[in-house]
Amino acid sequence: MIRLGALAVGLLFVVNVLWGAIAPREAASPDMTKELHKHPKHMEWAHNGPGNLGLFGTFDRAQLQRGFQVYKEVCSACHSINRVAFRDLADLGYSEAQIKTISAEYDVAAIDSNGEPTTRKATGADKFPLVYANEAAARAAQNGANPPDLSLMTKARPDGTNYVYSLLTGYSDDVPKGWTKPDTLYYNPYFHSINIAMPPPLAADGQVTYSDGSPATTDQYAKDVTAFLTWTAEPKLENRKETGMAVILFLIIMTGLGYLSYRKVWADIKKA
Amino acid sequence: MSFPWAKQYQPTSEVGKWMDERLPLARFVHDALGPGYPTPKNLNAFYNFGVLAGVALVIQIITGVVLAMHFAADTRVAFDSVEHIMRDVNGGWMIRYMHAVGASFFFGVVYIHIFRGLYYGSYKPPREVLWMLGLVIFLLMMATAFMGYVLVWGQMSFWGAQVITGLFSAFPVVGTYIQTLLLGGFSPDNATLNRFFSLHYLLPFVTFGVIILHVWALHIPGSNNPTGVDVKSEADTVPFHPYYTAKDFVGLGIYLILFAAFVFFMPNSLGEPDNYIPANPLSTPAHIVPEWYFWPFYAILRAFTTDFLGVPAKLWGVLAMFASILLLFLLPWLDTSPVRSNNYRPLSRLLFWVFVVVAVVLGVCGGKPAEEPWVRLSQVLTAYYFAHFLIILPIVSKLEKTKPLPGSISEAVLGKYGSKSGGGGAAPIAQPAE
Repeated sequence: MIRLGALAVGLLFVVNVLWGAIAPREAASPDMTKELHKHPKHMEWAHNGPGNLGLFGTFDRAQLQRGFQVYKEVCSACHSINRVAFRDLADLGYSEAQIKTISAEYDVAAIDSNGEPTTRKATGADKFPLVYANEAAARAAQNGANPPDLSLMTKARPDGTNYVYSLLTGYSDDVPKGWTKPDTLYYNPYFHSINIAMPPPLAADGQVTYSDGSPATTDQYAKDVTAFLTWTAEPKLENRKETGMAVILFLIIMTGLGYLSYRKVWADIKKA
Repeated sequence: MSFPWAKQYQPTSEVGKWMDERLPLARFVHDALGPGYPTPKNLNAFYNFGVLAGVALVIQIITGVVLAMHFAADTRVAFDSVEHIMRDVNGGWMIRYMHAVGASFFFGVVYIHIFRGLYYGSYKPPREVLWMLGLVIFLLMMATAFMGYVLVWGQMSFWGAQVITGLFSAFPVVGTYIQTLLLGGFSPDNATLNRFFSLHYLLPFVTFGVIILHVWALHIPGSNNPTGVDVKSEADTVPFHPYYTAKDFVGLGIYLILFAAFVFFMPNSLGEPDNYIPANPLSTPAHIVPEWYFWPFYAILRAFTTDFLGVPAKLWGVLAMFASILLLFLLPWLDTSPVRSNNYRPLSRLLFWVFVVVAVVLGVCGGKPAEEPWVRLSQVLTAYYFAHFLIILPIVSKLEKTKPLPGSISEAVLGKYGSKSGGGGAAPIAQPAE
């Protein structure tokens, strides 16, 4: 009875789904977005260590500081990093006094002694403030676009670190024939919909002046700010890999000893 | 129950004796996982995965309880509280990555555990209830994992909740009512997040309870083994402790090394980047996909694209998805072959491996966007999935010619080493290690 019932149900599902499989499809219309869209370039990063494997490797502190400078002088005009606190900048090698100076450049909301809303200078405990009070304000100021918060950007896109670098360096004036691009948007094949509202942010060499003698090129800016944003998304990266090495080393020794005792315990059962 | 030759628990101290007469807890452990549980001596590495699944659940519960201390189940702050755990809570990043990767690993070991049961016929009499309890655990895991994923309140959390609860709306008359009940409203919102958090905390303990029943049911007939032949004598078994505790410990070590490799070196490789974007009810992600462990079922859901017999395609998909798991409850009565292990069933062994490939490729299809050739491929594979269990296996199990079974486990084990004289009864002669 069970098998007959199963046979009936089975035939019902099988015939049904195969009927769907042979049903004719609408001819797929060629999707130009898909053809033009490019996967991120593969870049080598200090935090990926030797061979770009991601096993070892630490952030390049000087690069993070340069990246922070690029963020501050360029990106922060429109994009916040609201999940990062000023005190977190200590990770980049800034001293407490330097962090105080940096945070003092920002104002955050506060309540004065009369209970009236006011602002005060940010402290190390504050997070980087939002650029726009809300999404509507952002869209009103940005021609309808909403610049996303960048704190997690390198984890929120596939192959995120390479993606951010590729996007920043991927703008092109050669719009392929047949592709429609509104005048208010820009052509960037690394962006998911190709047309992006963000104007090329790193437009010219020399836009940011580095104090450490690193080349002041748009490519270098892109690399530095991408490394910085990798840190904002995964600030515990170094701690994570360091812990991982110790944990795995411990586990290998433990498993090795376990294997030896297994051999000893089974010696009288197994015949080799 | 146990075999008559099972070692009896002997309290060695006065305190042990006193306790044993009042609450024989030590005796219980001794008989369940200790020297008092005689286990077939030929269990291979695949028999390790039940223990690993138990460990995976314990890791999920411990990390989960700690995460709950810092998580806030409110749509306005849930995503922020997860990032707070990642950035500001001491060791929080490690606990959270262990929990997220741990869910994937839990499913991984459970899938291997299930396929091991399929290959060696562990669902056959007298282990039907054991098998069905395992399926109940699997269903509970799926519900728990889904609700846990929603708690992060990222884009994929929100839209996953929307899609999965939306499945229930396919049922006529009661469908919309069920969806509203699950969500606590008309779309995923604060009520959804709160009830999912509550249930996500509850269900692992329910799972734990069913696991106790699962292990209890295991101890009635004892473990199956790669030959599928019943234990005949003491020579076929070894005490669980120290033999399998030692063996399982090695497996556990290897499991933990792999687990640590993911947690510490590629913690986000099994997840969707979209879930690092806070939930936005006004922006639908381009491709809504569940986590990898749901992909085969997601492929089956989407494989039904045509209305059939007056029933809409969507309802067929939902019915098929539920049926694809529920039919496993009938497996002990669909596969009627008296031979358990596929080692002695050449035809159904071949079909088993075809099914493994079908299930894996279905998974690949489920992770892809709903486009050709993936849709058509998943339709053909879905047809095979149902045909395998409901049509082919019942027929094959009646018709196939099986290979002769060994007289006993000992005979099979000794046969491997060229001595056919083993037979039941003769205890293997102890030999010095190498």
